[in-house]
Amino acid sequence: MNGYAGRILRVNLTNGTFTKEPTPAALARDFIGGRGFGIYLLLKEVPQGADPLGPENKIFISSGPISGMLIPGGGKCDWTTKAPLTGGYASASMGGHFTAEMRYAGLDSIILEGVSPKPVTLFIDDDKIELRDASDLWGKNTFMVEKQFKDKLGEEYQIAVIGPGGENMVPYACVNHDYGRQAGRGGVGAVMGSKKLKAIVLHGTKSIPVADPAAYRKAGMALYKACKEADGLKQWTSYGTTQVVSWCDEVGALPTRNFSAGSFEGASTLSGPYMREHIVITDKGCFGCPCPCGKYSRMKKYNSNVEGPEYETIGLCGSNLGIADIESVAQANLLCDDLGIDTISAGNAIGWAMECYEKGIFTKKDTDGLDLKFGNVEAVFTMIEKIARREGLGALLSEGVKRASKKVGQGTEKFAIHVKGMEQSGYATHNATAMLLSYMTCDVGAHHNRAWAITYDLQVGRELVVPEKVARVIWLQNFRPMFDVLGGCRLQWVELNIDRDLYVPALEAITGIHRSWEDLEMVGARIWNLTRLYWARENEGFGRSWDLPPARFYEDAPKSGPTKGQITKFEDVNKLLDIYYEQRGWTSNGLPTPATIESLGLKAVFA
Amino acid sequence: MRLYVDSSKCSGCNACRVACSLNLFGENNPKKAALVIEPHFPAPGVYRVRVCTQCGDCAKVCPTEAIKQDEQGAYFVNYADCNLCEACVPECPEEVMFVRAKLADTAWKCNLCGDCVAVCGTSALWIAEIEALAA
Repeated sequence: MNGYAGRILRVNLTNGTFTKEPTPAALARDFIGGRGFGIYLLLKEVPQGADPLGPENKIFISSGPISGMLIPGGGKCDWTTKAPLTGGYASASMGGHFTAEMRYAGLDSIILEGVSPKPVTLFIDDDKIELRDASDLWGKNTFMVEKQFKDKLGEEYQIAVIGPGGENMVPYACVNHDYGRQAGRGGVGAVMGSKKLKAIVLHGTKSIPVADPAAYRKAGMALYKACKEADGLKQWTSYGTTQVVSWCDEVGALPTRNFSAGSFEGASTLSGPYMREHIVITDKGCFGCPCPCGKYSRMKKYNSNVEGPEYETIGLCGSNLGIADIESVAQANLLCDDLGIDTISAGNAIGWAMECYEKGIFTKKDTDGLDLKFGNVEAVFTMIEKIARREGLGALLSEGVKRASKKVGQGTEKFAIHVKGMEQSGYATHNATAMLLSYMTCDVGAHHNRAWAITYDLQVGRELVVPEKVARVIWLQNFRPMFDVLGGCRLQWVELNIDRDLYVPALEAITGIHRSWEDLEMVGARIWNLTRLYWARENEGFGRSWDLPPARFYEDAPKSGPTKGQITKFEDVNKLLDIYYEQRGWTSNGLPTPATIESLGLKAVFA
Repeated sequence: MRLYVDSSKCSGCNACRVACSLNLFGENNPKKAALVIEPHFPAPGVYRVRVCTQCGDCAKVCPTEAIKQDEQGAYFVNYADCNLCEACVPECPEEVMFVRAKLADTAWKCNLCGDCVAVCGTSALWIAEIEALAA
């Protein structure tokens, strides 16, 4: 099948057996790859009610037809599973070189199922597939393990590895790859830890068949040319995602002290230009990327290096914790990566704990003696370690802010900043209704990347609650995740503003099948609806109440900054949902109607 | 003419290597590329790129005279004449002369097609006269 490596590898960790199945043509036609494969397989293969950390849950690792190809940004790998953090759908997108290597090893997807009796590494070198004992690696941090494999096997091998966070099944543990790329959100690393799978080591030397090599080369070259000639290339490549730090601060979107405000007095020393000048030593790109957002940094103060920090980490582990020192934020980033926990959830959870401490709800008795006030860098480093090891207060914070605040009570739920149990990422949404709706309705919980609508808020009027805004969010939710389905990165379109129609002939030359963006967006809508049905299948009573944002954004206005005194009225929160459900073809409780399921052709999938 | 690289500008993306394999073999397989990116991470955190300087040392030792020079001065492998003896491989000062019998039934090297330069987003690669830069 052109455009596909052709095989799906199934690894049964319980028995230590492997099977290779042909990638079904109908699956490729209907769901294309990446996240599309993920949600389809999750629905079909993981039984209703499965414990996310039990033997019934599975991990689906999928590339897409542009992964590993001469297409800008063809380096994204989807990790789908039932999320230990939320009990719903998790799909984490990992950059780097893993997804390309999977395809060169002849694999479109890897399915991990069962639980190994002892720690193991999955070793794949073209057609040689083995589970190797990893008892000596268990307990080790991610960088050391990756380095060990690279030193032994060579740089052509690609490695995905969990740290102590994953081994200890922290519900927001991540998978690490290429010293700084992660399948970050929702707890994929914890599921890998529950399966006693320490690492996946990959190497492949195969070629990926394409339908029309000459047209493929031409279309690929045209995409690279467009990226290289884009006006924004130099600025974007210099700063990557950190270019938005100053902008977010100016418009009151920079998460500050547990999202109590959207502007931080120390933002200037967290900005992209400041970071570039002071700590960045190398641009580090994912596979095939002409505009690498990865910034590799050297922290002299700590005698250490890290990939990052990128915007989300600066927001959550910097301003959100009252820290203005970029080297300290970078070091927090390094600790999280090395221990294998998500910087966004970790920073958010520590922010919540700091607010509990400053409000007197926590005393030093609760914080293991730490002076857990905002801005205390050493306390943050200690808490990151404690979270990964689930020790002391870290054990509580490792549960995520939804569960932690429920346990603590005393009104702390009101400033637990999450949706559906996933900690909100780096945009304060007191008064940015499209971005707020984006977080409320995101398919994994409060994550930004499905519909990054914050610039649209500023463009059309941030407090407006109108159908056009909701339509924009829905369009973004259908369209942007298609890059995750295709196995590539959206940022060439988002940041360099290249013509998305350039992808159409490339995809056609690769797969031999013409698909317009209209067609692709329809696939996006089908996937979006399936993820919604999955949430409902797994959670009794799932519906509208699950889409409500943190109370902070409708009750608790910032006391300083550009959004001082501003919140979104609760009636507007509900109005957003009313319009959204109507436009999606969902009931007033937020569930796809039978007619919607029928019209999207999902009856057969979701029986 | 030869290919030049400023390794400090490389971000390790490998687009150049995919483009290279596509030109050399019509395949999508960076393991069959004629330039090498060595990542050095986590420390010191740099990439080192090795490219062909068109020095011709490979051609001098080839017993079947499979490595020839084209009109722009680039040495290329005439695949039909290569017998996989590997004599050329240790001669290459940059270690960018390749024989991997499992992957191809010929040696391969940079033929100065320029496709790597065309896809490099950070302008780490370029082609220039050998004399001009040495002067």
